[in-house]
Amino acid sequence: MNDIVRIESLRLNRGSRQILRGVNMSAQRGELLALMGLSGGGKTTILRSVAALETFNDGTIDVDGVVLRPGPLPHRSTMRELRKRVGMVFQLHYLFDHLTAMQNVTLAPTHVAHVAHATANERAVQLLTSLGVSHRKDAYPRELSGGEAQRVAIARAMAMDPPLLLMDEPTASLDPARRNELGETLRELVAGGRTLIVTTHDDDFVRDYASRVIILAEGEVVEEGDPKIVLTTPRHPATKALLQGGL
Amino acid sequence: MFPLIVLAAVLRWGGDSEGGAPYVEADPGNPAIVRGFDVEVADEIAKGLGRQSQFVQVQFQEIDQSVARGDFDIGMSGVELTPARCASLLCTMPYFEFQEVLTVRPADRGRYHTLADLKGHRVATLSGTIAYERLLQSEKEQGLILVSYDDDVHPYEDLKSGRVDAVLLDNIIAARALRRTGGIVIQPEPIATGHYVGVLAKENVALRDRINEILKAKMRDGTLERIYRKWEIWDEYQPRFFARAGEPSPALRAPSPAAAGEGHTHTKWDVTLKYLPALLRASVITIVLSCVAMALAIMAGVVIASGRVYGGVLTRAVLTLYVEVVRGTPVLLQLFVLYYGLSSVIKLPAFIAALLGLGLNYAAYESEIYRGALEAVPRGQLEAARTLGLTEYQVFTLVRGPQAFRIALAPMTNDFVALLKDSSLVSVITVVELTKQTSIFAANIGSWVIPGALCAALYLVLSLPLARLAGYLEAKWRMSTNE
Repeated sequence: MNDIVRIESLRLNRGSRQILRGVNMSAQRGELLALMGLSGGGKTTILRSVAALETFNDGTIDVDGVVLRPGPLPHRSTMRELRKRVGMVFQLHYLFDHLTAMQNVTLAPTHVAHVAHATANERAVQLLTSLGVSHRKDAYPRELSGGEAQRVAIARAMAMDPPLLLMDEPTASLDPARRNELGETLRELVAGGRTLIVTTHDDDFVRDYASRVIILAEGEVVEEGDPKIVLTTPRHPATKALLQGGL
Repeated sequence: MFPLIVLAAVLRWGGDSEGGAPYVEADPGNPAIVRGFDVEVADEIAKGLGRQSQFVQVQFQEIDQSVARGDFDIGMSGVELTPARCASLLCTMPYFEFQEVLTVRPADRGRYHTLADLKGHRVATLSGTIAYERLLQSEKEQGLILVSYDDDVHPYEDLKSGRVDAVLLDNIIAARALRRTGGIVIQPEPIATGHYVGVLAKENVALRDRINEILKAKMRDGTLERIYRKWEIWDEYQPRFFARAGEPSPALRAPSPAAAGEGHTHTKWDVTLKYLPALLRASVITIVLSCVAMALAIMAGVVIASGRVYGGVLTRAVLTLYVEVVRGTPVLLQLFVLYYGLSSVIKLPAFIAALLGLGLNYAAYESEIYRGALEAVPRGQLEAARTLGLTEYQVFTLVRGPQAFRIALAPMTNDFVALLKDSSLVSVITVVELTKQTSIFAANIGSWVIPGALCAALYLVLSLPLARLAGYLEAKWRMSTNE
């Protein structure tokens, strides 16, 4: 199969609340998959489950051969394999406050992949340059604007070169011009064969840049397909509500 | 007029009942009731003055300052006749002659007879005494090691346990220690001879002269002999001393007020200069002790905090208990337990006990700061680190720890300054640091003004750069943290 992620019957409860009620979905290599849905629909929870930041109650998640199952987090060696495959960019970026932009990007290569400092620095500068923030490499996170911080966070995740990149609400705080820049950047990332799963509320962004969209409602997949079709002729009430700006 | 008459009808005399029998011993049931030969001598003086004697409790080392300030009329529980004391205050004629004697362990009976025999060995005494001054001199001349105590019980206990090799103190104190514990030997040859006197404020010349008359009369009529026999301190030295006492030798005569006044200012500055090196050395002890104790506190604090954040139920319970017990009991008590309480199990050297005591005490406080700081690091920071593939240990050392450290820095600096000052507590286990050296100095010159000011200045010199450094680091790191 050409799927890099395959999620089957994923159920996740928090107390008595059912957050995910049997999600089935997959993402192919080289696609930019958008996850849409009303707030509280479970988009972020799916990303966090794939990144093994959440444990779940039922179902399986297969990330390029690494299988996550219900119950406690898997053994360290399994986690190490998973981390090699999955990178994540958080909505609030969570750049390390005590490190400069550059140090944020080189931390994992030097300490996890044990790349030499010079090599890691070189690669970090390349990444920051390609993302247009190399001039801010010595700035601390609190000195960066929202857009700059986001780019540094992307560079940090990309530094480990994961084949799958998860992005939580990357469009949330961007103006239209910035949003298009981000879109172009993401397009370049998938051009190299990388897979991106992006949660977003921005249907224009999805129409313009995503290769496929999945609509979630109340913890279930209700509709999926080509964004141009799904978002133009919505069939499910949740999709319609979404497009009417019923955020 | 009336209140004055009432006041005049009382002779307030100061002494330290902690010194115990035969000097001044408090009734365990009622500390206001005291007994001892000094008590009876004071009673005789009061009787001779036609007054009622009234006891005032005062720390032995503070008797001089207290009488100078007017807390009582005369101080007299084993107060020694020294030139410095009688220069800055008024001394009565001596009323008892004592011998400074060496006490050793039975095995050393044949080895240590003089201070010269004790070269390179540890010799204990009570601070602020003639014996202390004598040992200070021998430390320089004969190369023995002086260990000073704030009380006269622990020197003998440490002698028995082997922490010191000899004790030099008054024969009365030595005899009492022998009766109390046994297992020690008093060497018969006296090292020096000294005298007990009463001490009065400078302006009480008339009172002092009347007291001298009374003491002289009580010597002649056998009253003092009766008291001393009752308390079993009448010995072969007293008859000769009593015979001489009517006409004290020139060496024992207190200098005239005019000469004393002049010599006094001179001495003060000379003594200040003389003590300066000792004070600087004591500052080094203070700073080394504080720095190493703080390093220990930080390391142990990190371990405790990590254990409480990451550990299992049992680890957390044990560490919580440690923190609560250490924070809930006085550091003074912990020092006593470490040094004296554990001495039957492990004989810690005083400096090590001081280090451990302060370090482990402050570790409890540090751990609470670090625990709070660790928990203040946002979860998202940790999750971001995990998704990058960092192990939990790396998350701790590369992300959580460094961020927590920045949060903890300000309270840590506060604690370090507090530790610097708390380090003065270790004098109770014989470590002579800055405050202790200052109080020895003050006792010697009979004034706290110069020593106090010098000591304060030295503490500030030690603590201000710290505050500066912390301020600088905080300013530097504020740049890199949120808000």
